[in-house]
Amino acid sequence: MSLGPIGFAAPWLLIALAALPVLWIILRAVPPSPIQKRFPGVALLIGLDDDDSVTDRTPWWLLMLRMLAVAAVIVGLAGPILNPQTAVEETSGDPLLIVLDGSWASARDWPEQADLLDGLLAEANRAARSVALLQLSNPEPPVFQTADTLRNRLAGLSPDAWSPTAGFMTDAQDLLPDGPFETRWFSDGLSREGRTDLLAALNARGSVTVHESAVPVIALTPPVIEDGDIVLTAIRAGTGASREIVIEAHGRDPSGSIVLLANLPLTFEADATEATGVLSLPAELRARLTRFEVAGQRHAGAVTLTDDSLKRREVALIAGREDREGLELLSPLHYLRQALEPSAEILNGSLTDVLPANPDVVVLADVATLSEAEGAALLDWVDRGGMLLRFAGSRLAASDVSRTEEHPLMPVRLRAGGRSVGGAMSWGEPKTLAPFTEQSPFFGLDVPEDVTVSAQVMAQPDPTLADRVIAQLSDGTPLITRKRIGAGQVVLFHVTANAEWSTLPLSGLFVQLLERLAVSSAIDLPTLEELAGTTWQPVQVLTGFGNLEDAGTLPGVDGARFLEDTIGPDFHPGLYEGPDRRLALNVLMTGDRIAPVAWPATTTVVGLDRPSETPLGGWLLAAAMLLLAVDVFASLALSGRLAPMRAARASGTTAAMVALALVFVPAMSGAQQDDGTDKALHAVSEVVLAHVITGDKAVDDAALAGLRGLGETLFFRTSVEPSDPDSVNLETDELSVYPFLYWPITENQPIPSDEAYLKLNEYLRTGGMILFDTRDANVAGFGASSPNGRKLQRLAAPLDVPPLEPIPPDHVLTRTFYLLQDFPGRHTGRSVWVEAAPPDAEQVEGMPFRNLNDNVTPVVIGGNDWASAWAMDSRGNPLFPVGRGFAGERQRELAFRFGVNLVMHVLTGNYKSDQVHVPALLDRLGQ
Amino acid sequence: MSETAQFRAKAEAEAARLPPLLARAEHLAGTVLLGEHGRRRPGMGDDFWQYRPVQPGDELRQIDWRRSGRSDTQYLRQTEWQIAQSVTIWVDGAASMRFSSDPGNPDIPEKAERARVLALALAILLNRAGERVGLAGTDLPPRRGEPQIERLAQGLSSDDAADYGKPDTNGMLAHGRALFVSDFLGSIEGVRDALTTAADRGVQGIVYQVLDPEEEMFSSFRGRTIFKSMGDTLTHETLKASDLKVRYLERLDQRKYELEELCRRTGWLFGRHTTSNSAQEALQWLYHAFDGEYRG
Repeated sequence: MSLGPIGFAAPWLLIALAALPVLWIILRAVPPSPIQKRFPGVALLIGLDDDDSVTDRTPWWLLMLRMLAVAAVIVGLAGPILNPQTAVEETSGDPLLIVLDGSWASARDWPEQADLLDGLLAEANRAARSVALLQLSNPEPPVFQTADTLRNRLAGLSPDAWSPTAGFMTDAQDLLPDGPFETRWFSDGLSREGRTDLLAALNARGSVTVHESAVPVIALTPPVIEDGDIVLTAIRAGTGASREIVIEAHGRDPSGSIVLLANLPLTFEADATEATGVLSLPAELRARLTRFEVAGQRHAGAVTLTDDSLKRREVALIAGREDREGLELLSPLHYLRQALEPSAEILNGSLTDVLPANPDVVVLADVATLSEAEGAALLDWVDRGGMLLRFAGSRLAASDVSRTEEHPLMPVRLRAGGRSVGGAMSWGEPKTLAPFTEQSPFFGLDVPEDVTVSAQVMAQPDPTLADRVIAQLSDGTPLITRKRIGAGQVVLFHVTANAEWSTLPLSGLFVQLLERLAVSSAIDLPTLEELAGTTWQPVQVLTGFGNLEDAGTLPGVDGARFLEDTIGPDFHPGLYEGPDRRLALNVLMTGDRIAPVAWPATTTVVGLDRPSETPLGGWLLAAAMLLLAVDVFASLALSGRLAPMRAARASGTTAAMVALALVFVPAMSGAQQDDGTDKALHAVSEVVLAHVITGDKAVDDAALAGLRGLGETLFFRTSVEPSDPDSVNLETDELSVYPFLYWPITENQPIPSDEAYLKLNEYLRTGGMILFDTRDANVAGFGASSPNGRKLQRLAAPLDVPPLEPIPPDHVLTRTFYLLQDFPGRHTGRSVWVEAAPPDAEQVEGMPFRNLNDNVTPVVIGGNDWASAWAMDSRGNPLFPVGRGFAGERQRELAFRFGVNLVMHVLTGNYKSDQVHVPALLDRLGQ
Repeated sequence: MSETAQFRAKAEAEAARLPPLLARAEHLAGTVLLGEHGRRRPGMGDDFWQYRPVQPGDELRQIDWRRSGRSDTQYLRQTEWQIAQSVTIWVDGAASMRFSSDPGNPDIPEKAERARVLALALAILLNRAGERVGLAGTDLPPRRGEPQIERLAQGLSSDDAADYGKPDTNGMLAHGRALFVSDFLGSIEGVRDALTTAADRGVQGIVYQVLDPEEEMFSSFRGRTIFKSMGDTLTHETLKASDLKVRYLERLDQRKYELEELCRRTGWLFGRHTTSNSAQEALQWLYHAFDGEYRG
């Protein structure tokens, strides 16, 4: 039985729907059960009758909800199926030829194609038709065999990264077997030479059905560098509505793994086949790019690999004087380094060391003489295309280089001594730059007013000088000169590379000049002459799906093919390694366009979709469950049990709701994280004392109770009103939220990890205080012989603790709240250690105490077991006995006073050292 | 022996509750600074008032020798007269006071707890001002001094089994002052009797009603509900609790009006407090009410 596109597996079950009205009446008669509430105001309620009994019955919408749930269950159990497949396609008995384009453009729809193909083969198998397969991107003679045999081979089929060329089409045409057969052609939708001929040949042998996706293929052409930005162009087969795509730029992160570095959204305007966008990336990032990809396309045409053309230039910096002793800003290379670092790879080392690395540019800053071997090697390197950039300086000016005759590695002859203008001992103003001429490579750059030159080396007038000047001063003297040597060039800046002789290195123009000189910009593509005769070895090749695979044993290819040949089975797209660089070969070249196939009107073109059966039963049953869950809440709300969140904070209702919410939102699993955050939040919102968890339960409990007692004392005696104390795990908890940590020492507590020590040191440096308590009355004095003392030494060794001293009688701790002279806890040990006073602290005449440290002492160390003296239970009764009788209570009181003073010291710092209070304190001290 | 031990254990448990109550009350009382309470005339008291030349009839030992040594005449040192009044406190300990609409929330304590803290804090303040404070009933007559506060704390800590409380006028000293703290949700007759009796004896004071916010708002009840009093003696069932709100609030207003009216006729003062509000504010009001600030 079926209703429209929906059929039922067990239609008889639907009769149960007739029982729904009965259920309605039954459900309606049962009112919601009451809840019981305690309420003293009931005395006022006695005698108040209800106006009506409307809610006696279940409201209609709740009934409706339940009816719907029951109906959904009934219908769901009846087994509804969307698009039941009853009709078997009509088939002829002819054999079946399956033609696959198998190009990169098929890769996107490959899973759908494979499904459809599988279905076709299954049908062919049922109809006992023999089937043959022909993949145009790699044509082989088709052999008719049973559909099952072919079906087993399906998993091994994959699209190729290239397209079938016209030659392949002709080959395929020749390979076609005779005799009538039906053809199914899985097209990639791109127009290609030879397609029409092949179609005609196939039509001659039997009917042809074309399967093709209606969604146009989108591809990406290689990036073009324009003005230092990357221009990306995406193309699509066929026009259509406007569409947005995203280009993803992948590259290596600093650790070397491939990550997404940037996104570039592009928009195909309506009826446009091309979308262009500019990606502006910092040079560092650009150099790390490895590939661009159209997001979500997943085929080789949507991927374009990058090669050395986006790489950074290597620049070797060599200075004449490396006086590291001097100021950094006087370093001859400082400004060059600053200018080049963002855009180039900088090589350091001596000239003989860096030249074999074949840098793109060598910079000589104020290097006058080179040894003969160095000079020869450098000249050879420049001759082979290197760029030598020289800067003048006092050494060059003082030397005889290029004086009488032109040095091969200098663009001009130099006059002796150079000149200086605008200095204290010379006439005239500092010179400014003249605008750049049209012949200059710097033509078009703006010359800032504030670039001035106060000293330079002077070029000797020569017949060749005029050609070699590429920048000059306002009075016409050459500032930058250039000479070509073989394939390379030498450029001389007649000023220093630092700001000694001119302000040029301080200006933005300096960076622009370097860019124009190609010191910091990209490399051009190799020319045909350079490529001819070279052999390039494939390193990684692209698959049809756009993934990179190891090239394995693929043979090397001739360099000339890169500019002439198209990709194919023996010329894979991918990354190739040549003599000195890498080349990327992409599926599409810059300027390539793709177009949709125009099939003749007589050809049947079908999409790749196949209507498939969808059982709906599960969805209906799930909907019924959902409705019943809603019903739970609705019923609760109706009977008043779904109390407002405020009132139901700790009640079971919340727990039930949370449990239900968890059932439906399994992704909510951040409960553990919340714990730590809550703790920190609590500590941030109030003053919270904390102790370090030692792992010994008795000690931890005593410490917590002690801090509670201290907190209560503070609460009643001072304006510090601490909240409940916390126990702190050094490894996991945030420390910075606690002003004060109490750290009882036990013999076997674990040593914290390095990360914990990092946190602790950070804590101590930023004003936190730790009270170490060895709890052994300091019996051995502050030394090594008590076990807890030894443990303390080991625990505190990695801590950033300043020098300590026994607390001096004038320390601020003795008077932050109470005036104290000793600091007993449960024991009355002798000394308590705090940060040592600075050695220059001296008592001023007439002052009761010295002006000591400006900070809170980061640690206080003692052994008087203060926590036990402070410890209180929740009712304020002391937990541990202290001393005997009244003297003991006095000792406990002093312990509390010490705690109060300590917390006051933590919270107010050296406030009590403030001299303002001296008279009052003097007055009290005198008594 | 075992009976004694049991009694001792119970007493310890009871006593353990005292310090927190006392402490909270002390802390609360600490927020109020005492103002001037002297009577501005010489008499019995602690504070210095004036030196007066010796007159015939003064005893020799009253002479202030330090002052007299500085001049030729002899002087007496007089202190400021401070009148002590007797204040009788009754705090409702009935079951209805042990209600809190949000038991887990420290901001909304049980009514009884708030009432006790307020009463004790007031007692501490009055004690400091030199008044004598006692509890209604015959157990604890008004006295002065620190130990009295401890006894008051103990007396206030006892619970009453009855569902709703009724003011106790026993032991009330004539022409003294009194404070009744309760939710006054029970029968109004008891309050009327007590106030009339008190007025007959010339006692004046404050009727202080402490209510839970839920009792004031009646906002969280919906649907079919059975209301029970705290002692289970009264029940009321409704099918639609939210419908009762308006009429309940009317009755509550009526009750407040009755109390106010009653107070007006007997010359007492009527105050209200909701437990969700701050105790400090309530204490200020009570203290000033006793000080006579709001009187006429």
